[in-house]
Amino acid sequence: MIKLEHVSKTFSGQSEVHAVRDVSLEVAPGEIFGIIGYSGAGKSTLVRCINLLERPTEGTVTVDGVELTALAPRQLRAQRKKIAMIFQQFNLLMQRTCLDNVCFPLEIAGAKKEAARRRGMELLELVELGDKAGAYPVQLSGGQKQRVAIARALASDPKVLLCDEATSALDPQSTRAILRLIQKINRETGITVVIITHEMAVVEEICQRVAILDSGSLVETGRVEDIFSNPQTDAGRRLVYPDGVALEELPAANVVRVAFDGGSAYQPLVASLAIDCGVKVNILGADTRNIDGKAFGTMLLGLPQDPAEAARALAYLRGQPNVTVEEARDYHG
Amino acid sequence: MDKFFSQMTEIFATPKYLGEFLDGIWETAYSTVVSTAVAFLLGLVLAVLLVVGDKDGVRPLPTPIMKTLNIVINILRSVPFLILMLFVLPLSKLLVGTRIGTVASIPPLIVAAAPFIARLVETSLRETDRGVIEAAQAMGCSPFQIVWKVMLPECRPALISCFTTAFITILGYGAMAGAIGGGGLGKTAINYGYNKYNYAVMLVATVLIVILVQIAQSIGGYLAKRADKRLR
Repeated sequence: MIKLEHVSKTFSGQSEVHAVRDVSLEVAPGEIFGIIGYSGAGKSTLVRCINLLERPTEGTVTVDGVELTALAPRQLRAQRKKIAMIFQQFNLLMQRTCLDNVCFPLEIAGAKKEAARRRGMELLELVELGDKAGAYPVQLSGGQKQRVAIARALASDPKVLLCDEATSALDPQSTRAILRLIQKINRETGITVVIITHEMAVVEEICQRVAILDSGSLVETGRVEDIFSNPQTDAGRRLVYPDGVALEELPAANVVRVAFDGGSAYQPLVASLAIDCGVKVNILGADTRNIDGKAFGTMLLGLPQDPAEAARALAYLRGQPNVTVEEARDYHG
Repeated sequence: MDKFFSQMTEIFATPKYLGEFLDGIWETAYSTVVSTAVAFLLGLVLAVLLVVGDKDGVRPLPTPIMKTLNIVINILRSVPFLILMLFVLPLSKLLVGTRIGTVASIPPLIVAAAPFIARLVETSLRETDRGVIEAAQAMGCSPFQIVWKVMLPECRPALISCFTTAFITILGYGAMAGAIGGGGLGKTAINYGYNKYNYAVMLVATVLIVILVQIAQSIGGYLAKRADKRLR
């Protein structure tokens, strides 16, 4: 549905800023795709390259089979109606009512007023704000504003929904509600969703695949569960384990990293280790997450000093399903 | 002082003065309303060009055009009104056939006020939320639609305030125009007051101008506030 090929964006000015460097990626139809990175990593610029709010300095952008980078302004505007976008600051028209905001894209497209209002009301009902049709944005909470923005985004029946930090200005509860709504719309309409965020929690909540952006470059792309259970790059590890582990607090030897890669549920692994083979281990650090009901993440275990006990524990761990074990030498590397 | 009071009494006792003041009010109101309406439209168009045609605007125009536009506006703004009026009076002669009177003062008022209004409105339009414009672009709005459906409606309260300020400024200019042949309360103050050493007439004419300004400001302020949907 979306295909970026060797996309770069350089801002020229007093000093050149390479906001996006040679990014290639593909998003499948109906997918919820996350792009994650720290602030300043170039996420917002990258997502704006998808609808050409920022024109890439190099590379091509193709959405729904149309190469946007090759289009004239008028044709580009027609294509943009298929690519909706929601923003961190909602960007509603403050002098229009909620209903008029939702009707705005229809008005732009030249729809009949009656039909537009009917469709607008349907969409407001969909986002559960039918009773706010006549209210002005200033009267709404942040979560409600984003719902109106979503309804507005859907008005032109888009094929793609771009979300630029859409939940970053919201409290955790509203964030969840908005993500649920996006997920529901994705399931019901098959719309392709791209989510830009700096919050790992957002990605793990609804994304199927994720790309990690670091200083403008794509450093890792893959299924969310793979990247969560086993990030390959420094940037990936920093995002997955934001608090990190203070290395010097760990013992130098006998540390293993146990990775849960999607066993059907958490097993009380440490307890069963103690009961089944009588070995006590220290949990030095753990970061596990529940993704779609499956356990993902890693745990750092300190094995006993006694080599025989350590070997027994290691063998036991290696025998567990859905768990991989490796010696964590690199923690002091 | 005694003279002043006897003049004051005379003003309220003689119908001649009353008629003079009523005429003055009418001429001032008339020339100010017409000039403001036309100058505001011109200024609005110029302001939209300045904002939209900027190199970061929604439809950048060639730099030479923008430079010229800016320079012309700056020059017109920096010439003192009375002098500008003298320059523009031939235009009045051409347009309305006379250099004297209320109607003759309207073209100079427009030429003087339009660039001022352009800058005033430009400032307001530039304050349109960038994010909202970006959202409109993302929806596929054309530059014209962005101006017509986003910038102007979103700035409506600020535009009403600009209109009020423009109205009051033109009212002041119009009073000045009275000194060199324009009509209105300015003429009354100068011709019947200052030139005839009748300071009571001058004072009354001035007070009337102040009252007109107050009324304009109150109405403008009320309308701007009522139009702003962010204040609920």
